[in-house]
Amino acid sequence: MERYIYLILLPLGGAFIIAALNAAVKSRDTRDITSDIIANLITLAMAGIALTSFGINGSYSVGGWPVPLGINIAADGFSILMLATVNTIAFCATLYSINYMDQYTSKSHYYSLFLLMLTGMNGVLLSGDLFNLFVFIEIASISSYALVGFGTEAEELEASFKYMVMGGIASTFILLAVAILYSSFGVLNMANISQAISVSSQTPLLKFSLFLFIAAFSIKAAIIPFHAWLPDAHPAAPAPVSAMLSGVLIKTLGIYAMTRIIMNIFAADVSILAPLGIISIMLGVLLALGQTDMKRLFAYHSVSQVGYIILGISLGTPLGILGGLFHLVNHSIFKSLLFLNSGAVAYRLGTRELNEMGGLNKVMPITGGTSFIASLSIAGMPPFNGFFSKLIIILACVQSGHPGFALWAVAGSILTLSSFMKVQKFAFFGKLAEKHKQIKEAPLMMSISVVILAVLCIATSLLVLPKVKNIVLQPAVDAVLSGAGYAKIIR
Amino acid sequence: MNDEKNISSGMSEVVKTVCNIVEGFIFVFGCYIVLYGQLSPGGGFAGGVILAAVFILIMLAFGKERVLKIMPRKRGAFIEALGALSFLAVAWAGLYVSGIFFKNFIPTTAASHFKLMSGGTILIYNIAIALKVMAGLFLVFFVLSITRVILEGDKLKMVKKQ
Repeated sequence: MERYIYLILLPLGGAFIIAALNAAVKSRDTRDITSDIIANLITLAMAGIALTSFGINGSYSVGGWPVPLGINIAADGFSILMLATVNTIAFCATLYSINYMDQYTSKSHYYSLFLLMLTGMNGVLLSGDLFNLFVFIEIASISSYALVGFGTEAEELEASFKYMVMGGIASTFILLAVAILYSSFGVLNMANISQAISVSSQTPLLKFSLFLFIAAFSIKAAIIPFHAWLPDAHPAAPAPVSAMLSGVLIKTLGIYAMTRIIMNIFAADVSILAPLGIISIMLGVLLALGQTDMKRLFAYHSVSQVGYIILGISLGTPLGILGGLFHLVNHSIFKSLLFLNSGAVAYRLGTRELNEMGGLNKVMPITGGTSFIASLSIAGMPPFNGFFSKLIIILACVQSGHPGFALWAVAGSILTLSSFMKVQKFAFFGKLAEKHKQIKEAPLMMSISVVILAVLCIATSLLVLPKVKNIVLQPAVDAVLSGAGYAKIIR
Repeated sequence: MNDEKNISSGMSEVVKTVCNIVEGFIFVFGCYIVLYGQLSPGGGFAGGVILAAVFILIMLAFGKERVLKIMPRKRGAFIEALGALSFLAVAWAGLYVSGIFFKNFIPTTAASHFKLMSGGTILIYNIAIALKVMAGLFLVFFVLSITRVILEGDKLKMVKKQ
């Protein structure tokens, strides 16, 4: 019995158990506490399963039906790396939610949507079937639309609606592309389609479906010029949800699905993505420089950092893909940490405006310290994780004969540093305002969660060591590079 | 003023009478579609939509008070979660009975004369889906009918209708 299928079953079951409890239990306190416990136990178990699954390679036929007839669930190095990242971040986010979500009226609804979103993401990572990939993308997207608008204020509903329209367009593209592939080959299984494409001629219809996929996943990954929804949606969501959206959702639904489909199914040339990556790096960071809303600034940085990941993967060399995937893991850790920190500041101060903060290091040392670590990581300072992944991406650019790309990547990194200097100066250093003297450190669970992520920011630097790299990152790189060899995964 | 009171408690007497006659038939037809869907066109989703239509019909004809007596909001939410949970439970049972998730572990019989036909676990799945779709669709309709977006200053706000 492959235990990775529990990564889909546990959150799905948990979501509906919490929903049933929410309807059956009258007292709000009991409801909140039970949903806290259930959600945290489930995400803890899932993080445990995912982190101990490295090295697994295989597929599972749901219902016992053989492959072209039935649905299969497949795991290889790439999916396991993503699963470990997603579920670790999800555990930190649920731990953080225990205190943070007290501000909202309906905690159990929140947990049930959160677990559904997690089901969708894990499903995307494990699906070996194109139509199921689409279904899981929809599960994750639709629950994230609801989570973005969870506060039901005007701004949040507007952001959620915008996100829903853009996401809906992306989903339609995906469905259309899947329909084209199904009409061409008569199968929906990813491995079978991959085999069929490798022996068929490149018809215009196939190219059209590839472009539909690229456009759709670029919207989901918020690559410029498809990014318009992100700077609204990510700040509007509650902090742990922003951490999930920026940290893992755009990567799972966007980058993972795009890489899987371009590299493993179409086995196509990815170099067309490099210009998009460069544009995202530069425009994202330039747009971020002008922001004074803390979460909006972080959201623009997500666009920029996703550019780095795309740039690394688009080089198509082993080193480039290694850098891209390493940066993907690192970015999920430090970006969720930054969003959780901004949530802690907003929880105590009631504002996200950088101009109204200042000197918070004196009253919130844990939040200040961890956000300092995260800022240095995202700016690419040694010895934090962001330094190593950016270094690998830049080296890979030079190695593959694109020194121009390397220059842009360095320029983006310097601008990132200056932008985070601004955050640190305005929010955590400087003079503490008189009205903020009484502010206390963030509550216990929130602090524990950010400390775990800050430790991970330093610990993941160790992934560059050859011994650790060969267990964690190398199988993922090999899986991406194997191209149509992905088809071997089915038994 | 008397007219306004009538409007708030539903539609005209003709509609109410017709609704009283047909609602039972529609409900039975919905159950038939759910239960027979394992062997013929139909199934949990289609049947569930028909069952939800009964509640929506009652709500349109008589107003929301009467439908809330049969199906309060909390009960609807519970039935919906229960539908999803029982679907998952049957799928999970396959894992424990025969070692494969989603395995159809109840014996199925092929079509033959004078024998009872069975689709195995498909029947239970259909019932679970019907519960979920019935409650879910009704709740969507209900929530849409009780909320309203108003303009407050220059901001839109979502409020509960009185």
